[in-house]
Amino acid sequence: MAAVQEQELTGWRKWFAGIGDQCVFFTSFLRNIFTGGFEWSEFVRQCYEIGYRSMMLVGITSFIMGAVLILQLRPSLVSFGEESMLPTTLSVSLIREIGPVITALICSGKIASSIGAELGSMKVTEQIDAMEVSGANPLQYLVVTRILAVTCMVPLLTIIGDIIGLIGGFIALNITDSISYVLYFHKCVAAIDFSDFLPAFVKTIFFGFAIGFVGCYKGYNSNKGTESVGIAANSAVVTASLWVFVIDAIAVQITSILFYK
Amino acid sequence: MEEVKEHKAQSKAPAKSPKKEVVIAIKGLKKSFGKKEVLKDINLEVHAGENVVVLGKSGQGKSVTIQCIVGMLVPDGGSLKVFGDEVADMNAEELKHLRMKIGFLFQSGALYDSMTVRENLEFPLTRVLKLKDEHKIQERINEVLEGVGLIDAVDKLPSDLSGGMRKRIGLARTLIIKPEIMLYDEPTTGLDPITSREISELILSMQKKYKTTSIIITHDMECARITADRVVIMNDGKYIAEGTFETLHKSQDQIVKEFFKDIS
Repeated sequence: MAAVQEQELTGWRKWFAGIGDQCVFFTSFLRNIFTGGFEWSEFVRQCYEIGYRSMMLVGITSFIMGAVLILQLRPSLVSFGEESMLPTTLSVSLIREIGPVITALICSGKIASSIGAELGSMKVTEQIDAMEVSGANPLQYLVVTRILAVTCMVPLLTIIGDIIGLIGGFIALNITDSISYVLYFHKCVAAIDFSDFLPAFVKTIFFGFAIGFVGCYKGYNSNKGTESVGIAANSAVVTASLWVFVIDAIAVQITSILFYK
Repeated sequence: MEEVKEHKAQSKAPAKSPKKEVVIAIKGLKKSFGKKEVLKDINLEVHAGENVVVLGKSGQGKSVTIQCIVGMLVPDGGSLKVFGDEVADMNAEELKHLRMKIGFLFQSGALYDSMTVRENLEFPLTRVLKLKDEHKIQERINEVLEGVGLIDAVDKLPSDLSGGMRKRIGLARTLIIKPEIMLYDEPTTGLDPITSREISELILSMQKKYKTTSIIITHDMECARITADRVVIMNDGKYIAEGTFETLHKSQDQIVKEFFKDIS
């Protein structure tokens, strides 16, 4: 069927129409969580696709990040005679900020783009239309499951990434210095407070939601030409990455008010 | 308008009895996209068990008409009744129930490419008809796959199927919920002449088996010849002629003649 736009909007009107569309999409998502049967099998499949299949990438990146941080921090701390602070510094910076943000950015690149491209190509090949005209609910099957799966998996991937990052840091530290793993991990854990872990964990839930929501919205609402698939994937990555920084900025303000007054 | 009168006068009575129930009634249907008026004044009645073929050049709005029938698009004016109910006035639940009675075969087949053929066929049964009995589900899958002659493809992915096979599976998926109305959006586009003929004959045999009422959008004259009880020709947002395939074949109207010029 021909791709036909009901109305061509430009400028600010298009921007406001986009915001309105996203609000409608969000309310449809909320409504579909609670109405009708929840697609458990599709949700589990998405958790596997999104979580398990991203684990290697998140693991390698986090390992390198932990090692690089140690190697970068070491000269500065040595100049102050504080090399014993290396595990503590790494642990706090990794768990509070770098772990969640790097994992979320990797997920934006991998997950938001793949969801955007998958749903975009389903739109182009009329698969979403086919679901809709058959009387099935494509939002429930395609959107709700994906958004919830990403929301659950990103915090989990962040925790795994943090642990692997600390292991990377331990190996890097042992290249130049010698420290037992018991002492290293004791210092890492001792440096972490409830106020470090909780806000970082909570913000990853929001990161996950934003990544899933943006990927689904961009893919589900893409146009019907083949180039729209690329545009949906690309704009999903860009928008999701931007949202990660926006949420991070908001989260740091809230954390400062609540925990570090 | 004179053209319409001429062709209506030439047309034989529809192959099916005119006293049969009117399943789809379209009166003065209008639809525009921006400034482009796609449907200007569409009038059509489709009777129970009838196969109506809509012929027209690309971009004339043939698909828009059937999209309006299933409520994917909302018309700007006119009346469109299916089973006596106005589609534009239906709420989401009523529309869902209507869609359960309508099968829509997309041009591409629109198979869910992440699912096997079996999962594609299970989807409408478990999500739309809410069937739970595994034995009944498999029975229905085997029945439709035997109907389209592709029982061996049950565990294949759509990417492993040829264009013709995808169309057949698409047809099986729409027929599995036993719809009362079938809407075909260019079912033979992109297929070689032999496969096109096979698909057209399959449409006809499935229509006889499941006793569906069908609207077939096409510009494949062979498909129209095989499947049509009645042919409607669309031009410039209006239906300009209707009649049996043979009647229109003999028409002296220039636009109608254009469609039939390659038919011996």
